[in-house]
Amino acid sequence: MTNENIAEHTVEPMSAADANTEHRITVRGLNIFYGKFRAVADVDMDIEPQSVTALIGPSGCGKSTFLRSLNRMHEVIDNATVEGTVQINGVDLYGPKIDPVQVRRKIGMVFQRPNPFPTMSIAENVLAGKRLNQRRIKKDEADQVIEQALRDSNLWEEVKDRLDAPGGGLSGGQQQRLCIARAIAVEPEVLLMDEPCSALDPISTLAIEQLMLQLRRKYTIVIVTHNMQQAARVSERTAFFNIEGTGKPGRLIEMDTTEVMFANPTQQATQDYVTGRFG
Amino acid sequence: MSVSTVEIANAATTSPFDNRTLTASGRAMIVAASLVVGVALSAVLGGVAIVRVVAIAAVLHTAALYLASLRIEGRRRAIDRLMTSVVTGSFVLVLIPLVSVIWTSIDRGAARFDGAFFTETMRGVAGAGGGAKHAIIGTLIITGLAAVLSVPVGILVAVYLVEYGQRNRLSSMITTMVDVMTGIPSIVAGLFAYSLFVIFQGPGARSGIAGAVALSVLMTPVIVRATEEMLRLVSNDLREASFALGVPKWKTIVKVVLPTAVGGILTGITLAIARVIGETAPLLIASGLAQDTNLNPLSGRMTTLPVMSYYGYVAPGFPPEAGYDRGWAAALTLIIIVLVLFTAARVIAKVLQPKGFR
Amino acid sequence: MSTDTIDDTDRTPTGGFAAEPVSKVGDRVFSGLSRGAGIIILVTLAGVAMFLVWNAMPALTASSKEIGPGGDEGNGKGFLSYVGTLAFGTVWAALLALLIAVPFGVAIALYISHYAPKRLSRTLGYVIDLLAAIPSVVYGLWGIFVLAPTMADHVYPWFSDHLGFVPMFSGKVLASGRSMATVALVLAVMILPIITAISREVFLQTPRLNEEAALALGATRWEMIRIAVLPYGKSGVISGAMLGLGRALGETMAVALILAPANVYSLKLFTSQNPNTIAANIALQFPESTGLEVNTLIATGLVLFAITLFVNLMSRRAARGNIF
Repeated sequence: MTNENIAEHTVEPMSAADANTEHRITVRGLNIFYGKFRAVADVDMDIEPQSVTALIGPSGCGKSTFLRSLNRMHEVIDNATVEGTVQINGVDLYGPKIDPVQVRRKIGMVFQRPNPFPTMSIAENVLAGKRLNQRRIKKDEADQVIEQALRDSNLWEEVKDRLDAPGGGLSGGQQQRLCIARAIAVEPEVLLMDEPCSALDPISTLAIEQLMLQLRRKYTIVIVTHNMQQAARVSERTAFFNIEGTGKPGRLIEMDTTEVMFANPTQQATQDYVTGRFG
Repeated sequence: MSVSTVEIANAATTSPFDNRTLTASGRAMIVAASLVVGVALSAVLGGVAIVRVVAIAAVLHTAALYLASLRIEGRRRAIDRLMTSVVTGSFVLVLIPLVSVIWTSIDRGAARFDGAFFTETMRGVAGAGGGAKHAIIGTLIITGLAAVLSVPVGILVAVYLVEYGQRNRLSSMITTMVDVMTGIPSIVAGLFAYSLFVIFQGPGARSGIAGAVALSVLMTPVIVRATEEMLRLVSNDLREASFALGVPKWKTIVKVVLPTAVGGILTGITLAIARVIGETAPLLIASGLAQDTNLNPLSGRMTTLPVMSYYGYVAPGFPPEAGYDRGWAAALTLIIIVLVLFTAARVIAKVLQPKGFR
Repeated sequence: MSTDTIDDTDRTPTGGFAAEPVSKVGDRVFSGLSRGAGIIILVTLAGVAMFLVWNAMPALTASSKEIGPGGDEGNGKGFLSYVGTLAFGTVWAALLALLIAVPFGVAIALYISHYAPKRLSRTLGYVIDLLAAIPSVVYGLWGIFVLAPTMADHVYPWFSDHLGFVPMFSGKVLASGRSMATVALVLAVMILPIITAISREVFLQTPRLNEEAALALGATRWEMIRIAVLPYGKSGVISGAMLGLGRALGETMAVALILAPANVYSLKLFTSQNPNTIAANIALQFPESTGLEVNTLIATGLVLFAITLFVNLMSRRAARGNIF
């Protein structure tokens, strides 16, 4: 990876033991349903900590649904249900004692379209997660959180003079980085990104991609993308999802290091997809 | 029309579009001719009055323009011109009564729109004099109470419909019932409030609170509708962003969704107040008429401006002109209040519209 | 929660996810409150129906002699006969108003949406909304002080003289102008803003593509409106008209102020023999009524409620495009 030196320059590496054992996400036999319709079938997957995992596949293959099931965001949609297990730190996210609200505090999410809260300033947006979850936060602590999160999302230099300006006034790329700052301000362990660049111009896309390369030392990142070059540029591992036809569930076809997936995948469908023959 | 077609038509033979159109001078001639004939005809029909001249000229102009266009531009353009005349004419015609309503209120209301009107009551007044202080206070108390009763309920119902009851049976029942409530005639709401308070206060009782209950029956569905519409406009992205930060649902609603929609909700509430503040019938039934200020909404009759306006005509006293004038002054006051509320609603909507919303 | 589950909590590894459990109290309270508010709506409406029926009962069960003009003295003809002319007058006045208001409402809506300059169109929309909020008592005063004398002096006699062979226009013109025609006109002016506002909204929502497709075919503005706008807005116009009809049926003060009522069935527009409307009759009679008279008036209110309920039901159907 060409940008690795930048990443190590700004982000402290975490201890290896911490990285490898605890925060791996283990998915076993995952089926996701909307009512009676099975959207995703039988997924087994291991997501390595402190790395970027890309989910690729044609539209409607269930990769976004799968991503949202990793922090139970798909439950926001009516009568969505899940079978199977998603474990992190050895805990099943779908266990009976687990509160989805708590899950989402540990596993943050960035969405396709930048969605800063329009009623809040830049600073308030960054603090939103903390403010809405805690009763009170001290002024100097708040300032520290704001600066750290904005620095980590490479936005600090651009907005430090107008922290009280509305978040909606920023450019699309800046708004998306603000959303990343907002997500990391609550100190999650995992960051899920659902096509975070699809609504952005190429320059903003580049900025976000560089940011991902920096953040992966600190967070486990899972990104859904339609852009195969992007998957190749930012991810260490890639998972390919596919769908047999409309009405059929999406399945995980193959998962490997990004190099293998793009150079010589074992499945013909993967080969076809990454070489642009369909999808 | 004796106007020659050559004079008023543009023969665009050099153009690739073989179309002849009415020229500006041709149109001016039609207008002038219609006016002249209008004056002449109205003189024959009994005196040159502005209204009659304009009416006749307008009809003539419509007909003449159609015929001229028919000869020069063809049937399709002629029908188009005819419809333009008809639509514009209808608009102007309807403006007449609406302008007349406003003008009459200002003209006749001005007579008693004075200091005494706002500082005196009708206590002991039989003929001239007196004022609407008691009615203004009554209006504020009853409308304020109605708002207090219906705003929280209305907003919460809308929150339930949009955020909680996703198409379940209770929410579809509530939606239907809100629809039914929207259609309750105001006098029926008055009868309901009267029947309800007869239980507590005995037959024949009238009170401010009964009027407020009647108004809130009319007001609540309006607020539900307005709030519901605004909440549905709040992008789902924002709710998801909040959930993804691990914010519980109720806090997401209170801290993210409602603040985003607050401008529209306040506008809706203001407009709902504007709607009910002029209600007469239910208050006539439920709150009755009083001649003096009553600050206690729980007992005794309480007058509002519209009821006072009504009695200004129905029971004007002697000489009746004083009563009429008071009625019109009360009506004018009401119109001004409604106007202020409308302007406030617009300003609220503009000021509180969050940047980057939608 | 049973003790079993509490024990479980201690044993199960939760990896920090349940270490600081999120309080459910806020969610429970808030969803309970909003659900409760929804139930209040249902209870209120049930209450409206129940109280009206309860208080109407004495009138519905009383002997026919006790009800009607003359009331307790005992020369009435019964509730059905009493409410008959009123219901007829209510529907008749509202239909007349609708007949006048709909064509004008559609024309004004078209003017604002497709003819007026863009800048003017927003202001006009605002003015129309404002007119919808002018209190009905003001329209009533205007009707009695301005419209009734003007029409009685200048317009009604002409109709009566020249078109007197039409039954509706026949009969002696009431000099004060407090006749059904004036009521219908004032009601029409009152419901015009509602019909206009709703029609304008649907006209403005006509897909641009449809309009441009029509214009690209070489259609004139009127042809474009006929091809693209009117078919698209039809259901909106109908539901606006139904809403206007609902308003006209329930309108009280304007009718109470203007009409010189009589206890008759009559279609004549200009005479002194005008059937009253339910709402106006209640407003006129209620302040001086006691005992069974009150029950009778409430019973007529129940009939009005039923009529408007029916109209609103049709209006909802029209909005969904299920009728016509």
